[in-house]
Amino acid sequence: MLQRTPEPKQAPQATATAPDTRTHPYLPHTAGAATEDMLRHIGADSLESLFVDVPAALRQPQPFGLPAALRSEADLARYVRRRLNRNTPATRALNFCGAGVYQHDVPAVCVEVAGRAEFVSAYAGEPYEDHGKHQALFEYQCVMAELLEMDVVSIPTYDGYQAAGTALRMAGRITGRRRALTVGSLLDDKRSRITEYVAPTINEIAQSTADIAAVRDALDETTAAVLLEIPDAEGLVDADIRAIADAAHAVGAIFVVSVDPIALGLLAAPATLGADIVCGDLQSLGNGMHFGGAHAGFLAVHDDPRFVYELPTRLFGAAPTQVEGELGFTDLAYERTSLAARENGVEWIGTASSLSAIVASVFLSLHGPHGMRELGDAILDRTSYAIEAISERTELQVRDAERPHFREFVIELPETAPTASVLLERLVAHDVFGGVALSDREVLVSVTEVHTRDDIDHYINALAQEVAA
Amino acid sequence: MISFPTRATQPFNYHGAKWNEPLITDIGAPGERGLLPPASDTDMRESGSRARAGIPSVRQDAARLPEVGQAQVLRHMLRLSQETLGSHLNVDIGQGTCTIKYNPMINDDLALSDEVAQLHPLQPESTVQGMLQIFAEMEEFLCKVSGLSACSLQPGSGSAAIYTNIRMVQAYHRSRGEEHRNIVITTSFSHPSNAATARSAGYEVVTIESTEDGYPSVESLREVLTENVAALMITNPEDIGVYNPHIKEFVDLVHEHGGLAIYDQANANALLGITRAADAGFDACQFNLHKTFGAPHFSGGPASGACLVAEKLEPFLPAPVVVKRDGVYALDHDRPLSIGKVRPFYGVTGQIVRAYAWILALGDEGLEQVTQGAVLNNNYLLHELLQIEGIEAPLAPNGHRLEQVRFSLKQLADRTGVRSAELAVRMADFGFHYWTSHHPYVVPEPATFETTESYSRSELDQFIASLKAVVAEAEADPELVQSAPHRVAVSRIDDSAVNTPETWIPSMRSYRSKYLGEAAAEVPRWEPFEGLPEPRRNAPAAHR
Repeated sequence: MLQRTPEPKQAPQATATAPDTRTHPYLPHTAGAATEDMLRHIGADSLESLFVDVPAALRQPQPFGLPAALRSEADLARYVRRRLNRNTPATRALNFCGAGVYQHDVPAVCVEVAGRAEFVSAYAGEPYEDHGKHQALFEYQCVMAELLEMDVVSIPTYDGYQAAGTALRMAGRITGRRRALTVGSLLDDKRSRITEYVAPTINEIAQSTADIAAVRDALDETTAAVLLEIPDAEGLVDADIRAIADAAHAVGAIFVVSVDPIALGLLAAPATLGADIVCGDLQSLGNGMHFGGAHAGFLAVHDDPRFVYELPTRLFGAAPTQVEGELGFTDLAYERTSLAARENGVEWIGTASSLSAIVASVFLSLHGPHGMRELGDAILDRTSYAIEAISERTELQVRDAERPHFREFVIELPETAPTASVLLERLVAHDVFGGVALSDREVLVSVTEVHTRDDIDHYINALAQEVAA
Repeated sequence: MISFPTRATQPFNYHGAKWNEPLITDIGAPGERGLLPPASDTDMRESGSRARAGIPSVRQDAARLPEVGQAQVLRHMLRLSQETLGSHLNVDIGQGTCTIKYNPMINDDLALSDEVAQLHPLQPESTVQGMLQIFAEMEEFLCKVSGLSACSLQPGSGSAAIYTNIRMVQAYHRSRGEEHRNIVITTSFSHPSNAATARSAGYEVVTIESTEDGYPSVESLREVLTENVAALMITNPEDIGVYNPHIKEFVDLVHEHGGLAIYDQANANALLGITRAADAGFDACQFNLHKTFGAPHFSGGPASGACLVAEKLEPFLPAPVVVKRDGVYALDHDRPLSIGKVRPFYGVTGQIVRAYAWILALGDEGLEQVTQGAVLNNNYLLHELLQIEGIEAPLAPNGHRLEQVRFSLKQLADRTGVRSAELAVRMADFGFHYWTSHHPYVVPEPATFETTESYSRSELDQFIASLKAVVAEAEADPELVQSAPHRVAVSRIDDSAVNTPETWIPSMRSYRSKYLGEAAAEVPRWEPFEGLPEPRRNAPAAHR
C-alpha cells in the first residue's frame, strides 16, 4: 500500500518567531549601507523618490499579505517538500497512464544537459557569446531533419497541440482555403485546442476515420489541410499514409502528419509517404513527464520557401565565418517573426521550449539509428504483449485488438465491472496507476519500454482482480 | 608582490571557451552506441511481430542519425554548454526587457525532485494532492500580487498568456453578443507579442505612438477609440522603462467605450509592492514566471505565463481549474464558458514550483525589496552610462526610469561610424550580453539594458567599465570593434547566405542537397494550384 502523507494541520512557518531581518541572499543591495551609498551617488533622496511617476492614487494600499518569508533555504526546502511529499511519483508505483504524456526512459546524459547551468540560465544571447546554444539548436534541426527526412525543422513552439494548430493555419494561409479534415482519433483536448486556435484561419474542421474511402468522401476542393495523427489517440498505427496523402494532394489540400517522433524508428518518416508538414511533441524524447509540464511542439517542412516563410518560430542557419573551418549559426529569414514585424509577423513568437529541443536532440544522438529502431520495437513488443495477455487472461475486451497498436490501447469495461474511475482508484492500492478514464466504460492504457514483463503481468493480475471484485 | 585579479580587471582579461567543436552529425563512427533500449523477451517479440505485420508503413532504411558513444555525446554537449554565456556565469544586465535575474538553485532542486518530475498529469488525483495544493496556493499568491480575483497557470509562456488574455476577452464580448468589437489597441513600446497575439486571435491592431514623454498621450488613445474596441493591450512601464502616469485614464476611457484593458506585466519587476494591475482598474494581466518570479529562461524555454483576471472574466479561464472541496484538492473540468485548453494539462509545472518557492523565500517585504533593488540598480546604471559621451537616454528627458532603459548611441554612431549592434558584438569579448531593441528601431541606435535586483554594485561597475572601454575603442580604433568578436568561441559570421532560399542552410540534410549535390529521394508532395493567395513577405531583417 502506498504511503499517503496527510495535509499538515497547520502550515509550518519560518522557525524564528520574530520576522527574519537578516540580509536576503538574493538581494545584495540590502546589505549594509549599499542602498544609501548608491542613492547618494546618483543624487536621489530616497528609494521612494525613484517611484515619483506612479501617482499616489495608484499606489498599492497595503502589503500583499503573502506568507512570512522563508529566508533560510533549509526552512524553504522543508516547507515545500512537506507539500511535495503528499505526491506519489511514478518511481513509487507502476504507471500506465498516457493520453499525451508518456513515461519513457530519461537518459542520465539528457538530465545532465537539461540541468547544465549554462543552458538553464541562457536566454536571448547572440551567435557569438552564445555560440554553443546556437550550435546545439542547429544540431536539433539537423538531427530531427534526419529522423523526419525533411530539410527544415524550426525551433519548437510550446507543445504538440500548438504545433498542429500552427500547421493547419500555415495550410490555410498557403491555400487561402478555410476547411480542414482530421483523420483518425485525436485526444479531445487536442481537438479542442486546435479548433480554438485555428478559428481565424480555418473555420470548419471535419472528421473522418482512417479508412481511405471515408477520407476521399470527406475531401473537397475547399479543404486546406488533412491532419493525420499517428499513432492516433488509441495507439493505432495502421493508417495507409501514402493513400491519404495522395487523396489530399488530389484536391490541392496540404497533408499534415502529427507524429510522436519516438515511433519513427519503427514507422516510416511521414514525409517519404507524402506529408507536407510534420508536427508533434518532443516530450517523449528524454524530456520526462513533469506532471504535464515538459512539452515542446516541433514543426517540419520541406525546404520550400512557400512553407518556410510560414513558420512562426526561430530557425537557425549555418554560415561561414571569417576563419576557414569555423562555422557560425544565425537566424534564418528572421523577418517572418513577430519580433521583427509585430502583427505582420507569422502568428507570434516568444519564449517557448528551446532546451527541450536540445534534450530531444541529445536523446536522438544517444540512441542513433539502431537505438531508435530498437526502441520502437521494444515499445511495439510490449504493447502487443499486453494486448494479447489481457485478451487471453481476462474477460476484458481491448478495442481493435487485432490491429497494430503502438504504446496505447483502449480497454472496454463490461457492465459488471466497476466504472473506470472507481477501478483506477482501486488499482492505486496495488501500486498501479492503471490508465486514463475516457468514459465510464473505457480506459486508455499506455505501455512503454520502461515496463518489464513482470510489470505488465502485475498490472493485468491487479486489473483482473479488481474487475471481478 | 603578486597582482591579483579583481572585479575591476576581470572583464578586460575575459576569454570565452573556444572548442571549435564539430557538429554532432560529424562525430562518432558506424556502430558506436550511446544508449541501449531495454530488450524484449521472446514472448514480447512474438507479439510484436504479429502486430508489425499489420503496419503498412514500417521504416525500411534506418534514419541517418549520428552514431556516437555515450561519453562522446556528453563531452560534445558540455563543450557546447561552455560556449554559452548563461546568467549563472555573467553579469546579465545587457538583455533588456527580459528580467534576467538570479534563479535560485534550491528551486531547481525542488522542481526536479521525483515528487514533481515523475508525476503523470492524469494519475489519480488522490496521489497528487501536494501538487494541486501548490497550484492552488500559487494562484492565491499571484491574485494577491495583482490584486485581481482569479488565476490560470496553464499558459506556456508570457506571450501564450497574453494570447490567453485576449481570447478570454474575446469570449467575454461574444457572450454579451458584442461580436462587432474587432479592434485591439496597443502602443508602440508595448512588447510585439501584444500586437501579434491580437492579430492571431483575429483582431485588427491599432498601434498608438509614444510621444516625447516616452508614452502615448491620452489624446492619441481618444482618437482611435470607437464602439468597435475590444481591448487595450498595454505594457507599463513600456519596454523603455518609462511609467505612464495616465494609465488609469487609459483604462477608464477604454471601459467607457465598452472595451476591456489587458495589462502585459512582463515588466512587473518594476512595480512589486508599488502598484498592482487592479489599482489601475485592469481586467486582466499576465506575469512571466521566468522573468519576475525567478524561474530560469532555459535558453528560450520552457517558460511559464500566469493569467490573472477580474471577476467578470473568471468564467472564461482555461479549463480545468484547481478547486478545494471538503479539504481535498481537485481539478474542475466543468467550465461551460471556458475558452478551453491553451496548453496540454495544467501548466509548466517545474516553472510553477520554482516561482512558488521564490515567492515563499521573499514574502511581502522581500518582493518590494526586489523592485527597489531593480529600480535602484537601473538608475545607478543610467546615471553612470549618461556620463559616457555619445550615450543618451532619449524620450522622457525629464522623466524617470524604472527597471530598464532604452539608450541611444546615435551620437556615437554618427561620430565614429560604429553602430550599436557592433558595440554589442564587441561587448561579448568582455563576457557580456548587450541587446539593441525589438523592431522597429524607434529609438535610433538602441541599446536596452535591465539590471534587475540580482547584481551587486561592483558587478554593475564591471559592465559600466567595459562599455566605457568599448566606446573608447570605437573612438580610437573603430576597426577593432567592427571586426569583433575576438575573444569568444566563433569569429564574425558571414550571414549573406541565410536570407536567401537558394543558399540558406537550415540543416545538414539541406546542405547535402544544396551544396554537395546529393539527390534527395523523390517523395509525393503538394503542388501549388491556380489562384493561390499571394504569399506575404516582409522585408529582410536580422535579429540585431
